[in-house]
Amino acid sequence: MNTLHAFLTTAELEELTDLIKKVHGFDFSSYTKASLKRRVQRIMQLKRLQFYDLKHILVNNPEFFQEFLDEITVNVTEMFRDPPFYKALNSQVIPYLSTYQHIKMWSAGCSSGEEAYSLAILLQEAGLKKKSFIYGTDVNTVMLKEARKGIYNLRKIKSYAENYQLSGLKGSITDHFTIMYDAATIHSELKQNTLFSVHNLISDTIFNEFQLISCRNVFIYFESSLQEKILELFYNSLSPLGFLCMGSKETIRSDKFKNKFKVINSKENIYQKIVT
Amino acid sequence: MLPDGNISQRWQKSEILLLGGSAGSFKLIFHIIKEFNPSLNKPVIIIIHRKKNFYSDIERLFSEKASIPFKEISDKEKVCENTIYMAPANYHTLIEKDKTFSLDVSDAVWFSKPSIDVTFESVSEVYKDKCTAILFSGANQDGAEGLLKLRNYGALTIVQHPDDAEMTQMPLAAIELKAAEYVMTAAEIFELLKI
Repeated sequence: MNTLHAFLTTAELEELTDLIKKVHGFDFSSYTKASLKRRVQRIMQLKRLQFYDLKHILVNNPEFFQEFLDEITVNVTEMFRDPPFYKALNSQVIPYLSTYQHIKMWSAGCSSGEEAYSLAILLQEAGLKKKSFIYGTDVNTVMLKEARKGIYNLRKIKSYAENYQLSGLKGSITDHFTIMYDAATIHSELKQNTLFSVHNLISDTIFNEFQLISCRNVFIYFESSLQEKILELFYNSLSPLGFLCMGSKETIRSDKFKNKFKVINSKENIYQKIVT
Repeated sequence: MLPDGNISQRWQKSEILLLGGSAGSFKLIFHIIKEFNPSLNKPVIIIIHRKKNFYSDIERLFSEKASIPFKEISDKEKVCENTIYMAPANYHTLIEKDKTFSLDVSDAVWFSKPSIDVTFESVSEVYKDKCTAILFSGANQDGAEGLLKLRNYGALTIVQHPDDAEMTQMPLAAIELKAAEYVMTAAEIFELLKI
């Protein structure tokens, strides 16, 4: 699909974010503009709305806002996205975590759950699944439902086969699913000790303490000031010496937090909270 | 021979160079970054279609051979002069008003991520007419619409001549959309860039 036809000016985008903040209390002002603009244009095209109509419906139709929110969030995710990251996790982080009595992980911005289940598989392969708990959170309620179900299109799962193999795990990705026709359901033991719920990284606060937080390819949608705010939330949500995993192209840019984390893997952006 | 003198001036005036391509473009783009003139002091952004899990080889080769500093783009990185930037595989690369990069993992465009259209469109709104963009050989139509957008903003837009391209679909799509201000052979493009 092409997004070049619905056109939105920067001023219009600002008008829209102001409006949404006033009417719905959701603050998009610190989202990166270029991608937010693409997303809004996509919605306009999908729903065949002009700018004026979009404003009108956002104000007058309260149900539309959740739909807007669900569409504006980027839900593209993969199992074992960036295999070198999972390899690094397996060799540099899992051995360390295995010494814990109980492991809690948080997949922040989990979308339809692929990352949370990738972590679950990794833990299972390491024999740590039973003493682990994985929380997946997102603002998108539609995607959270998908995550809870854990049922994916078989073709999609097969497209992750290469990622899985390159991650250095044994067997094949389909070993972790029950397959019926074109539906692949994640094994129930992988679903055990997982919880998917709504959490807004921008406005919600700490809800637990974790040994590992994975928030990959979420920061790319936020401006630096907002990134710093969320880093603070992560820092406070990590146990002493807990791990923070970011996307392969994301780094801790905030001077305030650079010194509060030790770099475990600079290529895959795995950090460890320093205890001061 | 270059088409006219005006094109050289427009290129000189540009504050950024964009190179987009797919199948059949690799060797040409590699030649440009090996021979790129450091005294031009311009940033270069490269968008090449490629498979997501085999990124490291191209990046390693480019960074070893580039005539000026070479970087694979990181999120929120500032666009610096005299640097070659590579759009990372499995992300779209966008540019913000303050001339920093921002990345995006949303759906592929024309089955491509990075998409040339997405970067071209985004750059057009920031650099407007102070940009030169070249679209090379490729086997799909990604890049054509983005190039048109650049052209509408007054950027210098060049497409590799289909007779000269290994794969014609990408250049042809751009020419059909009237996105190409100039259609040139690779040799003519190298001459323009003084390579």
